[in-house]
Amino acid sequence: MLSHLPILQVVVPLLAAPACLLLDRSRLVWIFTVLACGLSLLISMLLLYQVSQHGTLSYDLGGWDAPWGIEYRIDLLSAYVMLVVSGIATLVIVAAGTGLEREIPLEKQTVFYVTYLLCLAGLLGIVATGDIFNVFVFLEISSLATYALIAYGRDRRALWAAYQYLIVGTIGATFILIGIGFLYSLTGTLNMQDLAARIPDSAGSRTASTAFVFIVVGVCLKLALFPLHLWLPNAYAYAPSLVTAFLAATATKVAVYLLIRLHFSVFGEQFASSSLPLHGILLTLGLAGVFVASLVAIFQPDIKRLFAYSSIAQIGYMIIGIGFGTAIGLQATLLHLFNHALMKGALFLALAAVVYRLGSADISAFRGLGRRMPWTMAAIVIGGLSLIGMPLTVGFVSKWYLILAAIEAGMWPVALLVVTGSILAVVYVWRLVEAAYFQPPENELPEGLDGPDRREAPLTLLVPTWLLVLVNIYLGIDTRLTVGTSGAVASALLGGGQ
Amino acid sequence: MNLSVIGLMQAVLVIPLLAAAGVALTGMRPNLREGVSLVAGALLVAAVGLLYQAVMAGDRSGWTLLELLPGLTISFRLEPLGMLFCLIASFLWVVTILYAIGYMRGHGEANQTRFYALFAVAIASVGGIALADNLLTLFIFYEVLTLSTYPLVTHAGTDKARRGGRTYLGLLLGTSIVFFLPAIIATWALAGTLTFTEGGIFGDDTPPVLLSLLLVLFVFGIGKAAVMPFHRWLPAAMVAPTPVSALLHAVAVVKAGVFALAKVGVFIFGLDTLGSLAVTEWLLYLVAFGVLAASLVAMRQNNLKARLAYSTISQLGYISLGVLLATSAGLLGSALHIAMHAFGKITLFFCAGAILVASHKTEISDMRGLGRAMPLTMAAFFIASLSIIGLPPTGGSWSKWYLILGTLEAGQWLLMGVLMVSSLLNIAYLLPIPLKAFFPANGTAGYGSGEDSGIREAPLASLLAIMITTLMCLLLFFFPQPLYELARSIG
Repeated sequence: MLSHLPILQVVVPLLAAPACLLLDRSRLVWIFTVLACGLSLLISMLLLYQVSQHGTLSYDLGGWDAPWGIEYRIDLLSAYVMLVVSGIATLVIVAAGTGLEREIPLEKQTVFYVTYLLCLAGLLGIVATGDIFNVFVFLEISSLATYALIAYGRDRRALWAAYQYLIVGTIGATFILIGIGFLYSLTGTLNMQDLAARIPDSAGSRTASTAFVFIVVGVCLKLALFPLHLWLPNAYAYAPSLVTAFLAATATKVAVYLLIRLHFSVFGEQFASSSLPLHGILLTLGLAGVFVASLVAIFQPDIKRLFAYSSIAQIGYMIIGIGFGTAIGLQATLLHLFNHALMKGALFLALAAVVYRLGSADISAFRGLGRRMPWTMAAIVIGGLSLIGMPLTVGFVSKWYLILAAIEAGMWPVALLVVTGSILAVVYVWRLVEAAYFQPPENELPEGLDGPDRREAPLTLLVPTWLLVLVNIYLGIDTRLTVGTSGAVASALLGGGQ
Repeated sequence: MNLSVIGLMQAVLVIPLLAAAGVALTGMRPNLREGVSLVAGALLVAAVGLLYQAVMAGDRSGWTLLELLPGLTISFRLEPLGMLFCLIASFLWVVTILYAIGYMRGHGEANQTRFYALFAVAIASVGGIALADNLLTLFIFYEVLTLSTYPLVTHAGTDKARRGGRTYLGLLLGTSIVFFLPAIIATWALAGTLTFTEGGIFGDDTPPVLLSLLLVLFVFGIGKAAVMPFHRWLPAAMVAPTPVSALLHAVAVVKAGVFALAKVGVFIFGLDTLGSLAVTEWLLYLVAFGVLAASLVAMRQNNLKARLAYSTISQLGYISLGVLLATSAGLLGSALHIAMHAFGKITLFFCAGAILVASHKTEISDMRGLGRAMPLTMAAFFIASLSIIGLPPTGGSWSKWYLILGTLEAGQWLLMGVLMVSSLLNIAYLLPIPLKAFFPANGTAGYGSGEDSGIREAPLASLLAIMITTLMCLLLFFFPQPLYELARSIG
């Protein structure tokens, strides 16, 4: 049983999805989905434990050896990312029990859970597989599910946002497929291990470089690297709040994982840095992303959109880490990948609670919220502080390593730009804080028939939110798990490191 | 012995936190709530008093709470400079609670539970700063102090408070994130340690250019020291209730700034390295300019609290100056001035608050003739002013003595001149206030005795607090030995 864990990780949500259709009673379906997600979280933990104890796991699908069959390969990096994905997925789906009722009509909920599980299966599959074509397949599964999830949004603009993402996402996937095709024609294999062994032989060949460029651009579309981010704000703003929480914490993280995997494990740092000035490009785009997106975020009246732009900025930080091309920089990226999932998960879940009560995430809805929903607002404040990078939160840990990486690389200006970026985060977080704690509630309107309900959010939403908030603090103090794992991964991928 | 000293240090951190919890739980019953604060304050003073004896006996024990990042710990250690800061902050915390009881009730402030609880949290973070064994620990508590005092500054909840809070948070967080944090990380990258070590932690082969850059980052990054041009947060913070301005913005927060600067100067750079850097000279002149400029601005303020705020900026400059002189007398003067200025300035703020509660006056021009209605308050104001100016028989004369000695040791005649001129400016902007209160010029209406104007002394609790701190200003002139011995054993 334990030896089948790598495939079970993907099979459990994949099979749970159609099973939901059979149950077809929304409460039952919810419980079943929670169980399925919880099971995959359990599997991730076991996998991480196994990998950290015994090293990389390799699993041949159907017993066929690697070049012919598909290999599933779980190393420390994939186990680490799977832990984030399944952990967030579980917490979000727990919150969905009540959180969905205001956003998705009852009759559509079963289908929602099916789509959600499919999306999870796709994301976990991307991380688990060791076969590059299989990556593409799972990417499509998760992407198609994501388009549908976004389109569940109440606002009609959600359809447009989903359509926009569909177009851009398909272009990205096509690019990746083209790159894979080139690689196959060049090397005759789709297994990542074999690819990594054969690509250095054809270094300098135009086909390999072209493949690399297609793949990097395709993946960067999926991870919303500035200036390929245009699909993201609409998608996050108009999707149902819980979907936003799930996507923000997982989908882009998996895309970053993919970039790291392809860049460092398949092509190798040597190839990547010699075939084109990738480091410079990533650093520049990352920094530009941080500043442009943070500045735009400051002026967003819609808070979901504000945090969507903030996500683009945070992705910029992750890309900067890769751009240093050092082990410690990569470690910073990996730390921020994990930590950002925690902060954004907490923030978007808290926003879901606000939307649940007030029906809107507009800044005006937040007026006086500090008194009406004290726990939800406190969660937002702590999540925001983590985003800024205050000590004793996870944000501080990522920031520390990112700045350390910049200084060790001798790039002082980059270090100063990174910290200046967090000042912008202070500005957009504090707009929210001031609205919630300093402005009187906007409507002393008569409590109309459907007047927004302004009590503290229900426990089913608060508990997952606060669990994430507490993890934000706990992992900000006890950093052994994240720092240890990311350090080991970074040194395995690049050699050296701390 | 060792074990109990560590227990006492832990108590210094835990007592205020327990007090905060206690205050939050007893919020419904104000008398009990203030009782909790006072008892906690008394316990804290007792603990710190015992620690003082341990420090004087040469005890330097410490312990590590946890390892935050590989090689980077949250650790604490007993050390004279930190002890000095701890001693002052904890003693003045009790006095301020006493004062606040009179002030907050007399002034009918809302949300008093939140006020007392956050006050206690701020004191806990001051304890953390004072006892920190390395820069990381200091930085963490420094940030906690900023965040926990933000709701105190914006206590009133008005638009003005919100704007003040913005400046406060923006400058303090901004400087700490943009300059202080990178400086710490760069120190870690260069020296491989952040532990405060006598003589500094940088190897001899560290390029002076980098060290100079780091020093500049530290001086500007520690925004709480209010070195120009990052001083605007302090006047902005004056929207806070007076007890907050008194304890936090004359003692805890600002002293945390200069204390951190002193720690960095003595234990990260080391006085020798500090004195050898070319950039130190420039920073000295910048600070000296700040001392004079802030005094000049103070003269033009008609709002009493604003004038005191600018005076604080100028006085903080003395302390930074003493550290940057990098001589033993300068350091001694700085350490003493941390204490002397604390007692003097807190008294002045207490008086300002007392005047506000009793007569609802905030503008200096309205305080003419107030001496007859509030003789005790105004007398206290006079004595505290003498201490700030540095005249006997008040404690302030000692710190100024050693600061001037420091400038002579360093051969900085110009800076000595600056200190002298600044003293004259202090006289010009502080003394007229009590003098005009007692001797209003002919022809201007004074306030009669209590019966006529309806103005009388502030509530008893507040008055008592003022008396205590005033007495301390005087006592420290006659008995400066305990503080002197402590300050002399630094480094």
